[in-house]
Amino acid sequence: MAAATLKQQFESVMGGQIDWKARPAPETVRIGVSELDAATGGLPRGCLTEIFGPASSGRTSLLVSILAAATGREEVCALVDAEDAFDPLSAAAAGVRLERLLWIRCGHNAEHALKAADLLIQGGGFGLVAMDLGDTPPQTARRISLTSWFRLRRAIENTPAVLVTVSRQPNAKTCASLMLECARERTSWQGGVRLLHGIRVRVARRKPERVLTAAFDAAALMA
Amino acid sequence: MFASLHGSGNLTALAFEFSPLVEQTAPHTVAFDVAGLDRLFGLAQDVAGAIARRARETGAMANLALAANPDAALCAARGFAGISILPQGDEAKFLGSLPIALLTPSPELQETLERWGIRRFRDLAALPPLGIAERLGPEGLRLRQLARGEVERKLVPLEEPLHFTDEIELEYPVELLEPLAFVLARLLGGLTTRLATRGLATDELRLRLKLEDRTVHQRTLRLPVPSLDHRAFLKLLHLDLAAHPPLAPILHVRLEVNPVKPRAAQSGLFIPGAPEPVKLELTLARIKAIVGLEAVGSPELVDTHRPGAFQMVEFGRRQTATNDRLPHPRLTMRVFRPPRLARVEIARGWPSFVAAPGVRGRVLEWAGPWRTSGDWWTFDPWLRDEWDMALSDGALYRLYCEPRGWFVEGSYD
Repeated sequence: MAAATLKQQFESVMGGQIDWKARPAPETVRIGVSELDAATGGLPRGCLTEIFGPASSGRTSLLVSILAAATGREEVCALVDAEDAFDPLSAAAAGVRLERLLWIRCGHNAEHALKAADLLIQGGGFGLVAMDLGDTPPQTARRISLTSWFRLRRAIENTPAVLVTVSRQPNAKTCASLMLECARERTSWQGGVRLLHGIRVRVARRKPERVLTAAFDAAALMA
Repeated sequence: MFASLHGSGNLTALAFEFSPLVEQTAPHTVAFDVAGLDRLFGLAQDVAGAIARRARETGAMANLALAANPDAALCAARGFAGISILPQGDEAKFLGSLPIALLTPSPELQETLERWGIRRFRDLAALPPLGIAERLGPEGLRLRQLARGEVERKLVPLEEPLHFTDEIELEYPVELLEPLAFVLARLLGGLTTRLATRGLATDELRLRLKLEDRTVHQRTLRLPVPSLDHRAFLKLLHLDLAAHPPLAPILHVRLEVNPVKPRAAQSGLFIPGAPEPVKLELTLARIKAIVGLEAVGSPELVDTHRPGAFQMVEFGRRQTATNDRLPHPRLTMRVFRPPRLARVEIARGWPSFVAAPGVRGRVLEWAGPWRTSGDWWTFDPWLRDEWDMALSDGALYRLYCEPRGWFVEGSYD
């Protein structure tokens, strides 16, 4: 009651020049892909970022780029891998410093992944916590209640960590502060001995509302 | 002020609980410096009472003496039963009734004193020093000073044995972990207090449980950095025992901690934060309890060309190496573990259709085969042809063909 009175008095003095509900914009960190950094401004700390798209749309390449940038900043990162799909060889080639990466293999159990992510965020100290639900069947991912996503969002709030999830479709809905949709634009096959050369990924920002798109090339390991 | 204990029991450990300056003069006799304890306990009687109380708690059966110098205290502890407090300046009078044999003179000197009829401290103390020096030499003079309680010397301190162990015999067999947690909490509390009083911490906890079926269950917990957080230790032990439970009810608990110097590190202002080590250990233990022990760690590449070869190492135990490579977007693979057995239809010599669990489609584009082989000199060689394929389901896959058949290794994403 006293706070409300004080606020009323203060507002009367300031003449409504202060927006009480405005929150400072969160600090952002580099994604590691210059095109995306320019388009989105980076990943917000203390927020949930959701990357989604169909299989082979470049979601994992984008996640690995984010991990490479974070470990390059000497941050300690954690990858909660629901489907045990992480490939250390590709990640090392993309510049991820594996010694700074905690890998939790959840053995095809999304519930375990949620619990592990929650414990990691509560434990604190991580610069980036990534939860990979990329191969989790959509019906299983949809069964994750909004309460669980809200709990993760509340846990990450007011921490300097970045929480990133990768999935086939958007799941976190209102709990995500940034949503990036990936789509494969084209595939390059090159060489005398025909080889997969890479893919071009188009990323569209779906949230905040204004849709921005950017594209980047992900080169194959042998390219 | 010095104290002396003479008797049975772990007197050295008892003395170290009260003083860092402890001298062991004989297997069952110790002298230690108790100067300053009066500020903690009060009068000399109170200091003696505290030591005697602790001796009873630890099961030591010993005589206790307090005196202004260590030798007077030693003589009194060896000569008088119970607690003796020697008033300063009256040591000779107090010790007078003790037999000369307590001073352990050489056999010749003992015989001489016997012939002279000197059998008690008071007899020797009453002799003139000049006469003793003339007839018995320096040893005689030293014995006279000891008999008068006048020897002033410094203690020869004993190196403190750094064994921090505590154990408890349970009154009845404990089957559940919750009651055991109370026992462990008590042991951990005592051990961490003892470490803290020495300015030490621990980086290893060794738990030994004697079970009802006469077997022993042992667990060792290693911490990444030394710590004194007994609550975290208790939780770690609890989680470890939950993951590796003893196979029979517990009769006896023994806990040993490894004493090390605490870590003193100052973090930089511009260094990114990292998880607090003990808290991280606790978090990892909780996660391991959910996903399994082998499923948590840091991946490490193995020096081999074998596809998909890596090993899991404990997180945070590796030296951080600098990475000269600049991060750049790479096409990353999502690995199917285990690889999915596939049915591949061949048309005109090339793959045309692929069907595997969760994968099904016509081959739209392909690259390969890329033949790899290795380890042919071992019992586990590999030989395979790799293919990259774009299927009509919209995804890019890596398949390989080996003598056992076709497999989908993963998808590019």
